[in-house]
Amino acid sequence: MVQKKIFENRKFVVSAIIIATGLIFVLRLFYVQLIDDKYVLSATNNVLRYEVQYPARGLVFDRNGELLVFNEAAYDLMVVPRLVDKPDTAEFCRLLDLSREEFRKRLHKARSYSMHKPSIFVEQVSKEQYGFIEERLYKYPGFFVQSRTLRKYPRPSAGHTLGYIGEVSPAEIEANPYYKSADYIGKSGIEKFYENTLRGKKGLRISMVDVFNRVKGRYMEGRYDSAAIAGNDLYITIDANLQAYGELLMANKKGSIVAIEPATGDILALVSSPSYDPNLLIGRVRSKNYNLLSNDTLIPLFNRALLAMYSPGSTFKLVDALIGQQEGVINPSTAYPCAGLGAVPIKCSHNHYSPLQLVESIEQSCNPYYWNVFKAIIDNPAYGSTRRAYEKWRQYLLSFNLGKTFDTDLLVERSGNVPEPEYYDKYFGKNVWRSMTIRSLSIGQGELLVTPLQLANIAAMISNRGFYYDPHIGKATVKNGVNTPIEFTRHTTMVEPRYFDPVVEGMRRVFAGSHGTARYYANDSITMGGKTGTVQNPHGENHSIFIAFAPIDNPKIAIAVVVENAGYGSTYAAPIATLMMLKYILGDFDAPWFEQRMLETNLID
Amino acid sequence: MSSRTNIFGNIDWWLVVLYLVMVLLGWVNIYAAIYDEEHSSILDLTQRYGKQMIFIGSSLLLALIILLTDAKFFSTFSMIIYLVTIAALVAVLILGKEIAGSRSWFQVGSFSLQPAEFAKFATSLAVANYLGGTNINFRKFTSVFKAFLILAIPAGLIFLQNDTGSALVYSAFIFVFYREGMTGNVLIIALAVIVLFLMALLIDKLVIIAGLLVVAMLLLLIMRRTLRSVAILITFLVLASGFVYSVDYAFANMLEPHHRTRINVLLGKESDLKGAGYNVNQSLIAIGSGGIAGKGFLNGTQTKFNFVPEQSTDFIFCTVGEEWGFIGSTLVVALFVLLILRIIQHSERQRSAFGRIYGYGVASILFFHFAVNIAMTLGLFPVIGIPLPFFSYGGSSLWAFTILLFIFIKLDANRLNIL
Repeated sequence: MVQKKIFENRKFVVSAIIIATGLIFVLRLFYVQLIDDKYVLSATNNVLRYEVQYPARGLVFDRNGELLVFNEAAYDLMVVPRLVDKPDTAEFCRLLDLSREEFRKRLHKARSYSMHKPSIFVEQVSKEQYGFIEERLYKYPGFFVQSRTLRKYPRPSAGHTLGYIGEVSPAEIEANPYYKSADYIGKSGIEKFYENTLRGKKGLRISMVDVFNRVKGRYMEGRYDSAAIAGNDLYITIDANLQAYGELLMANKKGSIVAIEPATGDILALVSSPSYDPNLLIGRVRSKNYNLLSNDTLIPLFNRALLAMYSPGSTFKLVDALIGQQEGVINPSTAYPCAGLGAVPIKCSHNHYSPLQLVESIEQSCNPYYWNVFKAIIDNPAYGSTRRAYEKWRQYLLSFNLGKTFDTDLLVERSGNVPEPEYYDKYFGKNVWRSMTIRSLSIGQGELLVTPLQLANIAAMISNRGFYYDPHIGKATVKNGVNTPIEFTRHTTMVEPRYFDPVVEGMRRVFAGSHGTARYYANDSITMGGKTGTVQNPHGENHSIFIAFAPIDNPKIAIAVVVENAGYGSTYAAPIATLMMLKYILGDFDAPWFEQRMLETNLID
Repeated sequence: MSSRTNIFGNIDWWLVVLYLVMVLLGWVNIYAAIYDEEHSSILDLTQRYGKQMIFIGSSLLLALIILLTDAKFFSTFSMIIYLVTIAALVAVLILGKEIAGSRSWFQVGSFSLQPAEFAKFATSLAVANYLGGTNINFRKFTSVFKAFLILAIPAGLIFLQNDTGSALVYSAFIFVFYREGMTGNVLIIALAVIVLFLMALLIDKLVIIAGLLVVAMLLLLIMRRTLRSVAILITFLVLASGFVYSVDYAFANMLEPHHRTRINVLLGKESDLKGAGYNVNQSLIAIGSGGIAGKGFLNGTQTKFNFVPEQSTDFIFCTVGEEWGFIGSTLVVALFVLLILRIIQHSERQRSAFGRIYGYGVASILFFHFAVNIAMTLGLFPVIGIPLPFFSYGGSSLWAFTILLFIFIKLDANRLNIL
């Protein structure tokens, strides 16, 4: 009993150890739960998976409601590196068609981005591959599939106009915080211009996952989720059949076709040849094909219809005829003599009688006539100086939208060139240059440059007898079934409508007249008007140019065709323009004799 | 005999209430740890919380049986109970089923039993019986040897089952021996061994020995410089230096690789968050994300979604930490401290040495489980797989802890009947 008493005090030591342990735990809990906040963050990273809900991008239809662009589901294989168990890499790589080296490289890249956050492991797995992988994915923790949409094009047509989408660049992310790395954005064409209409709005779904990355439910019952809002659909002005026909006609030729509905400015067809299948620039094949296309010496990615600049050649005579009348220096009965090949200062290659009046001068494309018209305009004593008369002439051109770009939905477009008077001041010296000095302008040569789009607009403007709408591609947007037309501006030119009649008559005779430069392509059922151009250029054979519209009294289509290095305007551009107009107005038509020849002509090889 | 009529009268209801509260809190947290909406019925026997409900019910029955048993039964049959348990530990090595690398389970159909759990109370009874006898003196080598042998047999057998955690539990009896008169230096030496072991792994050995020399010099200055004290000091110095140098060898050759990594993780020498460090890291994330008041019942994500391993057994405290926060965790710690302190207090009031020693055995075992388990979930101790008493899921452990505690409650209730 004595001994027991001695040791009884030891209960205090034991109790003290127990209490001390309890206190240490409470202090540790205090630190871990209340002071150090890194655990809260880790818990969130463990459990929450943020999934971006990609909206369906808007569809694109042609003017007749034919589907041009739609979406196809594509699947990105995502990886959360922390959760990756050492899988049977051999089988996994075989499923994905990856080398082991590539597998390691991709995993390393994902790791260096984040151990906890998902990143793309394989972009756009094909539908077939996806079906195959999905069944086996449970074996590979850390991997999951996120779906998104790819653009698809039922017709291999209108690539330049439709444009393409691609991953956002760092600069684009910086410019607009809506975009996050690996998002898609319209890169060119209507995909770019109508990006905000088409893209819709991304949604977010936050789900809770367990340690095997299995979804266990929605975070806070979805309180912080947002649904993706699908993009709006877009109708464009293109007529898909006409576009495809134009591409067919331009096959194996360099050049372009621009067709416009005069009453609205709707671009019916915008062909740049050589072209490419827009399906080449989607998904995983994009970068490979893009390199191939951009290295092609025929520069298929270059949209000639909007970017190539040519001298308008004889098609410009129509413009001179309009300005001359408006200025009062000529009238329909004004006649000028033509000395043919002996004419000075500009000779005439067309063999015709002399003198000619205004209408005949268009039909037969007489060069000396238009030298005289130009001379009359520039040397008009009413202006007192060449410079001031030239400036007035230039104002007319600007009112026809020559020398400037359109205010429209075409993203890449050149302005052409109508020199300012300062240009000649600098080149020749002030008050030195005269009409004689700049005589090349009278027949659409010299410094004057226009794009095919501007040429087509000239045809549309003449067919409208004095006004035009900015040519455009967007027709209407569709949101929740409600159609909203896209509006564009109507412009009135400086030339009064009455002065257009003799010009239109001249254009009619180009087809209908006995000496008309396009008389071989006249059609019995439709009265057409046109004007040929044969443009000299320093780089080889002449460019063949033609502008036209039809029917003459109720124009449905105005068109410009440029075939590079092809020779006379009447040889290629005129028959191609004629076929396009017949196709658009008649739909199915009995192919005239020259269709086969145009389809088969190969000017490239 | 007034005890017959008074059988429940002398019971310490505080201990019973503490027990019931802990068992129920344990069940609530097991339910939360593995809750999923498909199986939300609390009696769903395909789920662990359903089974734990059965275990709790049967435990209460066991408790009642113990309270109705004559208290003398336990002292009288202590050695027989001990021997039966040892036999079971031997048998399980031969007949047992191997689960997760440990051969420690008897399995009959879907029912399994872990004899190691029951060895704890049996050994406590045996120790109480032996040390409670007359002529036992910790100054005598044979007494010390026999006392350690009583522990070493079950501990060794359990170690052979590859259940290191349960084997280490017997080291807790150091508190019992201390209370019964073993020199207090044992505690100091035990502490010194642990500290030296960990330091040897972390710091340059020459630095440690230099430190030991400095300590020895200081002691020399304070102590009387007799020949004897100097000799003892030098002996200890040599032993300590030898120990420090043998740590590497022991660490490299005597420990299992996973034990080595667990220790390295604790010491911060390894930080592989996917491997050995994963458990501790996830455990800390679960507890740490609980904040002051926790995420609320059934709202814990880390434990429920399996980020924390063994979340219903060894890591059940994570669920407490995550769902009930600092307040709930502190409450659970407090409950354990209260329970153990009360057992010690009651042990001291026993008239018989048997009762006192058994009580200390109960307190020591509970303390070891509590301290090691919670230290492990809080990243203060290497991961050793032992359950948190009354909280962790498992029939064997709940039954064994219930028996352990209720034998003491019965002895305590009967204390006045002992002359």
